[in-house]
Order: sequence, then structure tokens, then C-alpha cells
Amino acid sequence: MTFNGWLQIAVYFAVLTALVIPLGRFMARVFQGERTFLTPVLGPVELLLYRIAGVDETREQHWTTYTVAMLLFNAAGFFLLYALLRLQALLPLNPAEMSAVAPDLAFNTAVSFTSNTNWQNYGGESTLSYLSQMAGLTTQNFVSAATGMALAIALIRGFARQSAATVGNFWVDLVRSTLYVLLPVSIVGALFLVWQGVPQNLGAYVDATTLEGAKQTLSQGPAASQIAIKQLGTNGGGFWNANSSVPYENPTPLSNFVEVLFILVISAALTHTFGRMVKDERQGWALYAAMSVVFLAGVAITYGFEAAGNPHFAALGLDPANMEGKEVRFGIANSSLWAVATTAASNGSVNSMHDSYTPIGGMIPIILMQLGEIIFGGVGSGLYGMFLFVVIAMFVAGLMVGRTPEYLGKKIEAKEVKMAILAVVILPLMILGLMAVATVAPFGLSSIQDPGPHGFSEIMYLYSSSTGNNGSAFAGFTGNTLWYNTTGGLAMLVGRYFVIVPAMAIAGSLVAKKAVPPSAGTFPTHGSLFVSLLVGVILIIGGLTFFPALSLGPIVEHLAMNAGTLY
Amino acid sequence: MTNEIRPAVVLLVAFTLITGLAYPLAMTGIAQLVFPHQASGSLVEKDGKVIGSVLMGQTFTGDKYFHGRPSATVGPDPRDPTKTAEAPYNAANSSGSNLGPTSKALNERMKADVAKRKAENPPASVPTDLVTASGSGLDPDISPEAAAFQVPRVAKARGVPEERLRQLVAEHTEGRALGFLGEPRVNVLRLNMALDALAK
Repeated sequence: MTFNGWLQIAVYFAVLTALVIPLGRFMARVFQGERTFLTPVLGPVELLLYRIAGVDETREQHWTTYTVAMLLFNAAGFFLLYALLRLQALLPLNPAEMSAVAPDLAFNTAVSFTSNTNWQNYGGESTLSYLSQMAGLTTQNFVSAATGMALAIALIRGFARQSAATVGNFWVDLVRSTLYVLLPVSIVGALFLVWQGVPQNLGAYVDATTLEGAKQTLSQGPAASQIAIKQLGTNGGGFWNANSSVPYENPTPLSNFVEVLFILVISAALTHTFGRMVKDERQGWALYAAMSVVFLAGVAITYGFEAAGNPHFAALGLDPANMEGKEVRFGIANSSLWAVATTAASNGSVNSMHDSYTPIGGMIPIILMQLGEIIFGGVGSGLYGMFLFVVIAMFVAGLMVGRTPEYLGKKIEAKEVKMAILAVVILPLMILGLMAVATVAPFGLSSIQDPGPHGFSEIMYLYSSSTGNNGSAFAGFTGNTLWYNTTGGLAMLVGRYFVIVPAMAIAGSLVAKKAVPPSAGTFPTHGSLFVSLLVGVILIIGGLTFFPALSLGPIVEHLAMNAGTLY
Repeated sequence: MTNEIRPAVVLLVAFTLITGLAYPLAMTGIAQLVFPHQASGSLVEKDGKVIGSVLMGQTFTGDKYFHGRPSATVGPDPRDPTKTAEAPYNAANSSGSNLGPTSKALNERMKADVAKRKAENPPASVPTDLVTASGSGLDPDISPEAAAFQVPRVAKARGVPEERLRQLVAEHTEGRALGFLGEPRVNVLRLNMALDALAK
């Protein structure tokens, strides 16, 4: 660890925090239908979209209608993307002459992008046409992110409104997220990335003759436009196979700084949007503080273990700092920061190979995914996921003092707690349940690259990443098999929609309630006591659930590594 | 529920047109106009032929050139197209080794690389980045220490004084962005092109 490494992490966190208020305030205005500086340009486009789609923007929806609209939109997106992938060989914009994507891989990829996961069982430059990357993947990068934001806003309305019947209009929230937030920031980001060196063209792959006379094929494409939104929308699916470690995708330390900032910025700012919409900004900051505590602890641990490195390297007479799978221009600090940010958020893009991390350095990303992607989390999904833990934390606090818990004046009753538990229990069910099958079945074990405890970690990483809708991988593992394409796709579907529906049910239940005025017995939810309680509940639930499995993978591997064992 | 089908279909089509086609195509147009060099892949030409991209690493094996980091990329096996074979710096199939920290395969590869680097260069302690594979397999850079480590070998092969090469490495060492971002680095392709220019 170096002073300069910590300085980079500190500056990153400072810039992220500084953006929370302006972006959070802007999003609150957008979702409350107020005028913003973009309205003169985008207002007419917004209205045009409502007219052709037959949407009455003044009519709000009950939570069930809102959820059905969201599900229909996502289902349509899935089928369109699946069709594009299967038919890409017959469609235009395919200069590298890619053939049709196989059915199981197309299913996995289509689920992956509609559910905002972006698991890559495909290698972009070796599998997909430019049309698939643009019309297929880039579109879903936008709308799956917008879906997440819409849902979070609906749940916020559940807290903010009193005795109401509706939680907003899904179509309006979807259109506003995309037009006012995701698109403008992506345009600026894409041009910045091109300036730094990310390609943006529709040309054929370039054949070069290297200085020593060898042949090298340089894959090209409309990359910058896709990379900007893949980071901003916490999607994470790379234009190239090795994602943001590829110099074309992330050429400089500056591009790296902006990309890793994009990963967390919307999720971080949504806490402030929440604070504004419930008219108590301290509530937003409390959630921001809880997320930050876990995030910074994760960065410190991963950075510490990667810098301390691998004793096997030292035995070869080398500096032990773990540079396997990392790029020189980023070094240990930027790689560690990215690994934690991308798994805290459900982004899943990587600028270094997590599979090659030290056991504990690589365990932090696994834990962050297993907590349910709520430490900032996916855009929108991080916030509604965090609310589930807030409900549980308030329930626990209520049990301790023996009174019905309230959050923002809304009574947390049996229905809310049941729904929150239902959503939270889905994670271990999918992760541990599917792992249990994969670790004993030959079709599960055959994908492992590294024998020993690391192989176990590889399987755990896959299901944690799919269920948490993250999308990063211990990439030595062969995920592109019939078993993993199918079960991984299933885990992504369940991990997304079986959390969304209970969360929306909570929104529907809360929005109908009256707010109780605070009394002397009300537990304040904006102080350090609440933040500690929330962090404690998150870590205890995650810890109790996954510690046994983690101890069989990363923890035992850490001990083995220090004892000088190789597998 | 049937009321929601029309907006679902219409908005999906509309967003495919806006975000999936208009946005990337507009970005392509603007990028080609404003940053044509970067937008086309930062290609480097020599005598009118493309020799690579300054951003993407390429293989160097001869004694007369500085060498990059190990690359774990693979390509189709020329003898059997259904299989893959080692193909370092394959810029059409980026990948790291993904080998874990307790992997025997990783340890053996590194052991062989350390021995190779030591045999090629005068015995000094080998910088770690020269025996670890990068994440992309296309890392264009090495650390300044890794360049310094290779100076005696290249100087001998080219018959150039070491002092001159150390100066050349210093000229091609890029510091941290804004003084604190990233790590100091040397672009191997740029350095080697400068070497060739030196010879003329």
C-alpha cells in the first residue's frame, strides 16, 4: 500500500460524495415532473413518446399495474434481444461476419441484459455483430437501468405519500430516467472516452503488421457509446471480452477514473433523491453513510491484501504485490478500488481479473454480491434492495423495545416484514442451492479451471454474481455450457424479479398508510445509531448465511496460500 | 393489463431507435469529426502500413527490442480449428490468464518466465510485471523498472551505449495523470519505434 494509492481512493470518494447533491437534486426534479434545464430540448421528445405509445402521463398506476407494465416491458425486451442475437448473421452491420448466437447462449445473454446483469458468457469481439452490440445490448443497457430507477422511485413514493392509491406511472418514470438522466450523461461520457482513446467507428477489424513483422488483428466498433452507458447504468457488459482491462475500452488512468465514478454515481445520488422526495435530506444521508461504511471497509481490505500480495511470488524472488491479471497503467490501488466498486454496485465490469486476486482480496467482491448488491448497488435496484434491509432493521429494533416499528412515520407491520424477508431469502436459496448441485455434479465440476478451494470459489462467484445481477466473473471458469447458461440465466431472473415484486408490494402497502407523527418513542432514522444498526443487520444476515460457504472457499485458500500449498 | 401492451411495444421500439441506433451513430459521427485518430483506434503507421495501435500491446521477442508483459490470450489452433492455442497479444480475443493465487499452473509459468527473463538479461531481480500476465493480455505498458531491467540487453544487441537508452526510456516514461492518477509507465511500442528511429 502506498500513500499515492490511498490518495487516489480518497479523491475518488470525495468526488463521488460531491456529486451526490447536484445529481440527486436533479433526479428528484425529473421524477417529480418539475422543469429542468433540459426540458426545453427534451420536453417535446418526451411528449411525442407518450403520444405515440398511447400513454396518459397524468394518470398514475396502482402498484400492481405498475409492476405488470414493468414486467411486460422487460419481457418484450428479452424477446427482441433474443431474436436479434439469433438472427445477427442475416442482419446488417456485421463486418466481421459473426454467425448466429447459439440458443442457450442467446437465452443467457438476453436474460442477462434485460435483468441489468450483463454476465458475459460471450466474448464481444469474437461473437457479436455491431448491430447486436448497438440495437441489442446498448438499448438494454439504457432501459434495464431505467427500469431499476423507476422501481426505486415508486418505492420512494410509497414512503413519501400518505393514504394514496398509486405509486406513479411506470412509462413516465421509464421515459424520464432514460431521456433526462441516462442519455445526456452518456453522451458527455462517450465523447470523453473517445478523447481518451476509446474507438467509436463502424469499420472492419484492422489487420496490422507489427514492428517485428507478425500479424495482429485489431477489433474495432462503436465502443465508446456502449461503454459510457454500461458504466453509468451499472450494466457492466464489456464491448470486448476482457472488459475494461482492455486498453481500447479503458485506455488511461483518466478514463479509468471517470468510468469507475460512473459505476457508483447514480446509485449514490439516488439516496439524496430519496431524501428530497421524503422531505428530510438527513434520511438520504443516513443510507449514504451506511453504504459508504461497508464500501470503504471493502476497499481497504481488498487493497491491503492485493498490495501485500502472494507469498508464492516472494518465493520466486519477486516483489509479491499481486500484478497477475492487472494492468500496469492502473496498478494495485485502482484495480482494487474498481473491483470493490463494481461488485458493491451491481455493475460487474472489471479492469483486472478477479479470478487472479488473492483469496481475501477476491472474497470481498463475493461478499458484496452476496449481500444483495445494496452497497450503492445497481441503479435503483441498490436503493430498493437497501429499503428491504431497512424494513428488517426497523423490525429488529422494534422487537428490542417491544413496539411497532415506524420508518418515516409509516408503520412497518407484518406484511412489509414478510415481503422483505421473502426477497432477502431468495438470495441464499439461489446461490447456495444451485452451488450445492453444481459442486457435486460432473456437469458442474467440469467448468472449473483451478482445482482445490479456488475452484469452489469460482462456482460460488458465478451464482453470487448471477443472482445479485452483477455480471462479473471469476473468468477462468467456463460459464458457456448448457448447465451454466441455463441455471445462471434462471438465477438472474429470480434474483431480479423475485426481489422486485415483493419490493413493489411493500411500496403498494406503504403508500396507502397514513404517516404517524413522531413521538418521544420514535426511533430516529437519521443518526449514527440507525446507521450502525442497519450496517449490523446487513452484515449479520449476510455473514450468518454465507460464512460457512466462504470458509470452504476463499478462507481455506488463504490459509493454504500462506502455508505454501499449490493446487 | 392489455392497456399496457401498446406502450411496452411502442416504447421498446422507440428506445431501440433512440438509444440503440441514433445515439451510437450520432456519437460515431461526432467522434469521427472531432477525434478522428482516437475514434479509429489510435492506429500507428510506418511507411504507409498499419503496424498496430499505440493503445494495444504487441509481441516483441527479439533481443533488439524491449519486451512487453506475458500475455495469456489464445486464438484458434492452426492445426485444429476446433481447439484453441496460445496466441499472445491476440487483439481480437482479449483475455487474462485467470489463474488463481494457489494455482500450480500459474506458479510453473511464472517460474519459467523468471528463468527466461534472467537468462536474457543480466542477473538482477526481475520486476513482477514482467512475469505476470495482464488482465487484457494486451497491456501496452511496462513499469519503468521493467524497462530499466532490459536496458543492458538491448544496448548490447544494438551496440548503443546504455546511457543513451536509459535517457530514451526516461523520455518515454509517462508519469501519473494530474500527478496522482494511475502508475508511471512506459509504452513498449512507442519506445521500440524510438529505438528504430535512433538506429537510422
